[in-house]
Formats: sequence, C-alpha cells, structure tokens
Amino acid sequence: MEANLAHPLPHEQHAAPAGLWRWLASTNHKDIGTLYFWFAATMFLIGGLMAMLIRAELFQPGLQLVQPEVFNQLTTLHGLIMIFGVIMPAFTGFANWQVPLMIGAPDMAFPRMNNWSFWLLPVAGVFLVGSLFLPGGAVAGGWTMYPPLFMQGGISYDLTIFAIHLMGASSIMGSINIATTILNMRAPGMALMKMPLFVWTWLITAFLLIAVMPVLAGAVTMLLTDRNFGTHFFDAAGGGDPVMFQHVFWFFGHPEVYILILPAFGIISSVITTFSRKPLFGYASMVYATASIAILSFLVWGHHMFTVGMPAAAQLFFMYATLLVAVPTGVKVFNWVATMWRGSLTFETPMLFAVAFVCLFTIGGFSGLVLAMVPVDIQLQDTYYVVAHFHYVLVTGALFSIYAGLYYWLPKWTGHRVNETWGRWHFWLSAVSVNVLFFPMHFLGLAGMPRRIPDYALQFADFNRVASLGGFVFGASQILLLIVILKCIRGGEKAEARAWEGAEGLEWTVPSPAPYHTFTEPPEVK
Amino acid sequence: MNTTGNRRTSLRLTLLSAAMFAFGFALVPLYDVFCDLTGLNRDAAQALANNTQVDASRRVRIELVANVQDGALWRFAAPSLPVDVHPGELVQVEYELENLSDRPLIGRAVPSYAPLAAAAHFKKIDCFCFREQRLAPHETVRLPVLFVLDRGVARDMKVVTLSYTFFALGKRT
Repeated sequence: MEANLAHPLPHEQHAAPAGLWRWLASTNHKDIGTLYFWFAATMFLIGGLMAMLIRAELFQPGLQLVQPEVFNQLTTLHGLIMIFGVIMPAFTGFANWQVPLMIGAPDMAFPRMNNWSFWLLPVAGVFLVGSLFLPGGAVAGGWTMYPPLFMQGGISYDLTIFAIHLMGASSIMGSINIATTILNMRAPGMALMKMPLFVWTWLITAFLLIAVMPVLAGAVTMLLTDRNFGTHFFDAAGGGDPVMFQHVFWFFGHPEVYILILPAFGIISSVITTFSRKPLFGYASMVYATASIAILSFLVWGHHMFTVGMPAAAQLFFMYATLLVAVPTGVKVFNWVATMWRGSLTFETPMLFAVAFVCLFTIGGFSGLVLAMVPVDIQLQDTYYVVAHFHYVLVTGALFSIYAGLYYWLPKWTGHRVNETWGRWHFWLSAVSVNVLFFPMHFLGLAGMPRRIPDYALQFADFNRVASLGGFVFGASQILLLIVILKCIRGGEKAEARAWEGAEGLEWTVPSPAPYHTFTEPPEVK
Repeated sequence: MNTTGNRRTSLRLTLLSAAMFAFGFALVPLYDVFCDLTGLNRDAAQALANNTQVDASRRVRIELVANVQDGALWRFAAPSLPVDVHPGELVQVEYELENLSDRPLIGRAVPSYAPLAAAAHFKKIDCFCFREQRLAPHETVRLPVLFVLDRGVARDMKVVTLSYTFFALGKRT
C-alpha cells in the first residue's frame, strides 16, 4: 500500500476491479462511501415501511391492522433502524466520499479497517430485521431498551444487543479512521481552521462517537449479563437500579442526538455558501459553536428523564444546561441566514432542501426548548409532542440535510447533473407532506395523546388522520428520490468538474465523476 | 504517507474508546459516590419518609418491663434501657425470651400499661403478644414490638411503663 502511494500508478493501470469482489473487498473510500449509502437506502426502505404500518394503524382509533405487541415491535425497530441503520451510515457515507476529497487526501487513513467497519453493518442489520421472525417477535421495549421490560423478552432481545454491539464497533472504527484521516492526512497548507465546515463537524462528531459509543456498548453489555449471567446492575430484585440504566443510556443518548445532527450542520454550510455565492458568514464562530454543542451534550442527559425522580437541584442544572444549548445553535442559524443575506441566491434542489432545513430544524429546536423546561416536560413526557419534536430535528433536520448533500454532490460522484424537475417535485412533495405529517403531532401531544400506543381516544382521531395522510404522501415521495438517484447514475447531462457555479473547495478541482483515485499527489492549498 | 503518525493517532483514539467503555461501567458506583459526597438524593429521600404526624416538641420516656411467671423454665428480658420517644413516632424495641428447659415449651405474653390512662394512646402495630410462642429446648428468640404513642397522649404524662408478663401454656411439671 505504502509503495503504491509513494509511486502512484496512472489511473488506467489501477482502475476499479470488476464484479462482486470489488465491493466485498473494497478499500477505496469512494466505493465504501457508496456502500454506506446503499445500506442506508435499504434500511430506510425497511424502517420507512414500518413507519407506514404505524401510521396506517393510527389512521383511526381502535385496532385494525396490527396487534399491540406487533405495534410495539414496529415502533422499536423503526427507531433503532432509522438511527443506527439510516442516519448514521448515511453520514458516514458522506464522510467516506467527501472527507478525503475535501482535505486533499488520497484515501482514508486505514482503508482495510474502513472495509471492516462497513461490512459489520449489514450483519447487524440482518440481526435487527431478522429478529422479527424469531419466536416472540422482535424487541418491543422501545428503542431506548429500558429495563425491567428489556430484561423480560426472548431471544430477539439478546440478538438486538449483539446487533448494537456490532453497529457500535463499526461506528467506533469508522470514527477512529475519520479522525485520524482528518488530523494526519490533510494536504499541505490545509490548516485546521481552513478546513471546510463539513470536515470540522465530522471531526467533532468522530470524537463524540469515540467517547459515547463505548458507553452504550457498556450499558447493553450490562443488560446482557443481567439477562443471561446473573449480574444485577439494573435488576431491582438483586439490589440493582433500573433508573441507573437510564442514566448510563442517556449519557450516551444525548451526545448521540448531536452525532445525528452535527454532520448535517456541515452539509448545510457547504450547500448554503455555494448557492449564496458567498463565503460562510462567521466561519470561526461556526467551529466554536459546533465544539460548544459537543461539550454541552455531555452535561444535559438528565433532561430525558425529568420524571424518573431526581433532586430539584439536578433538575434545575439539567434544565439550564439544556437551555444553554440554544446559544451555539442560535449562532449557527444566525450565520446561515447571514450567509444568505444579500447573496446571489439561486434555488436549485440542494438549496431548497438546505433552506427547508434551516426553517424546519429551527421549529424542532424551539419545541426542544419547550421540552427543556422541567414543569412543561413533566406534562409532555411521553406524549406526541416529544414525537413531533424529535421528528422535526431528525427528519426535517438530519434527513433533509442528507437529501441536500445527495443532490449537491451526486454530480461529483456520478458525473451527471441531477434532473432538476424531478428533484423539485421530490422536494415540494416532501416538504409539504412532512409538515402535514408531523405538525399535528404537536397538538396531539399538547392534548395528551401518549406515544407508543396503537389505540387512542376518539378526540384524537382527526389530527391522527391528517398526520397519517401526510405520512403516506411523504413515504411515497421518497420513491421519487430513488428514481432521481438511479436516473442520475445511468445518465443525464454531463457535469463539469465544478458542477455548481458558486462551489468552492478541493472536491470541485477533480473531474466529475471523481476518478477512482484522487490526490495521489497532494494538492497545493493556498 | 505518515504511517507512524496514523498508527499513533489511532492507538490514542482506541485507548480513549476503551477508557470510555470502562467509564460506562464505572458510572454505576460513581453515582453512589457522587450522591454521598453532594448529599443529592439523600436528603430528598429522607424528606419523603418524614412523618408530619410526629410531635417533635416533647418526649415521653417509655420504661420497658418484663415479668415471667415461672422463672425456672423461662428467661424473659426487656431491653435494659428505657427509650425516649416523640408522640407520633414509630418505634421498635426487642424483648428476649429463652427456654431454659430440656423440652419444647409454649407460652404467651400479656401486656399492661402504667399509668392506665396511657393504654388508650399506646398503638401497637406489631407485637409478639399477639401470638403464641413455641420454643425448642434451650432456644432463644428476639421478640419485636412495633408501636406508636399517639399525639393524643396527655402533656403531663412524662413516663409510661409498658410491661409484659409471660405465661407458660399447657401442662406444667
């Protein structure tokens, strides 16, 4: 490997190998990035079908389609799949494709470990989805896996713990790889404070992952030994404390929330600067804001568990620390708006998704502030208001940023321009239907509808029907995205090296599609 | 390519993730240590158990007495010291009973109070006098009494005596 890097071969002699082996044994960051995306797409389809079933069951009161046990399995798997199987792999896909291209590195620091990090994921995915077909069905205790409920399930619970271990190992290896690449393999002249913001957000995300994924692994290991080997970490019968699990879990869980959104901030910053044709407003403050959010994320886990019993002093601390997160996040939103201010704006599909992100993610942020307040949270805990909040930040936040990034970089990856008409249809259908889907959930939650329950009182029927209709349109619209991507891979208008007029950065200096090997000679960064 | 640098960085990051794995487990005892140091969740838990029915403004001395009808067969002992209680407070004391003989014995204790006016305010939640006691040869048992002297007890009543007399049941030799 070192020999190849020291004496790069011409591209003709070192092209992509053919066939299945190219993908199974790939050590190329672009191939592995592509694999991550297709894995995320597959899981998105599965998790999305589960969401459609959930919304169909909730279309009217009473039990129509699925029994409560199955409904609980659907909500649990939907959560686990969307977080660990879709958003995280998709962001890792972006990191694989873009980080080496953006910092002028020939590949990731550890190409073989990169291959291994990816191929753990499909195994974990098969365990998760396959557990549906085991006796007793899949896990049904909620994606947060709280004991004592999680102690009582069958074999699928152990299988899910194993799947979490695998996905955790994959994330940790991926993060070590990404962090090492960013720290050690930047092109000469690419100082840390010159890196594109996407690279910065991923560097900080990688550190978050390295810090908290092992804590999750510890928490589920304790669950596993409690279930099978007679330990009593969380088993009250043996002197353990079930609330302890919530503390350990959310010590992982809250930084995880930011793991799911920080790379989004990076993508959105790239897209907005390109289509505003201006440099990013307040670059340094963006970097510091990202780091502050990451540090604060370790101090706010208690706000997920205000109702489990906690001294007033701890509730106040977690409330104030949580409200403090709004400050760096506000800095970011301000900077994006200021970047657009008096820019030469054009609204191609990536920009449409980016602007929608800024508006809708902010709505999710505001409902987060509402939930941060202890007396309000005690009312709203486990209602649809919480469901509305985290779907605004994860669907119109994280997912929309992934869409923005896909539309933005697909020309670089495939060499073809994205069909703008189809893209706009996808955007408008998604942006309207996602609000029809999630906005009524705020009202349902304020009126007291509990989450994770397949049946509901009659007064909730109208808003649920609206939300379900929005959900079906949103689900169907995502088929458009698949068509857009397939069309873009197969052909279309030829993309230039600099696919967008206002695009800046090293990735736009290589031809489109990006050759199999790039930057074998490090570029000069001025 | 800076392979040694990459190795060093990845080694450090791996160590960090191993340390965080250990930290996840360490959180379990650390929470207890943290709460002990800061008093968090300790006072609050106490506050929950506080009984607002306790009259902390005064104390009544409870003298504990044990009598036994047949001292050759049994040893029946009261706690050696009297207890001072607030009216309304839940109190537990333990008597001790020993079978001095070589055969099993059955017996029962009967309570009495002095002054007699205290009896109405003496609420026994659990008492060995409710049950027959069966003791194997040379067995010793500890016999708990759980009681509340209620707030209605007269203010001038400073000392109350609780006395048990133990009777053997069945044939005597």
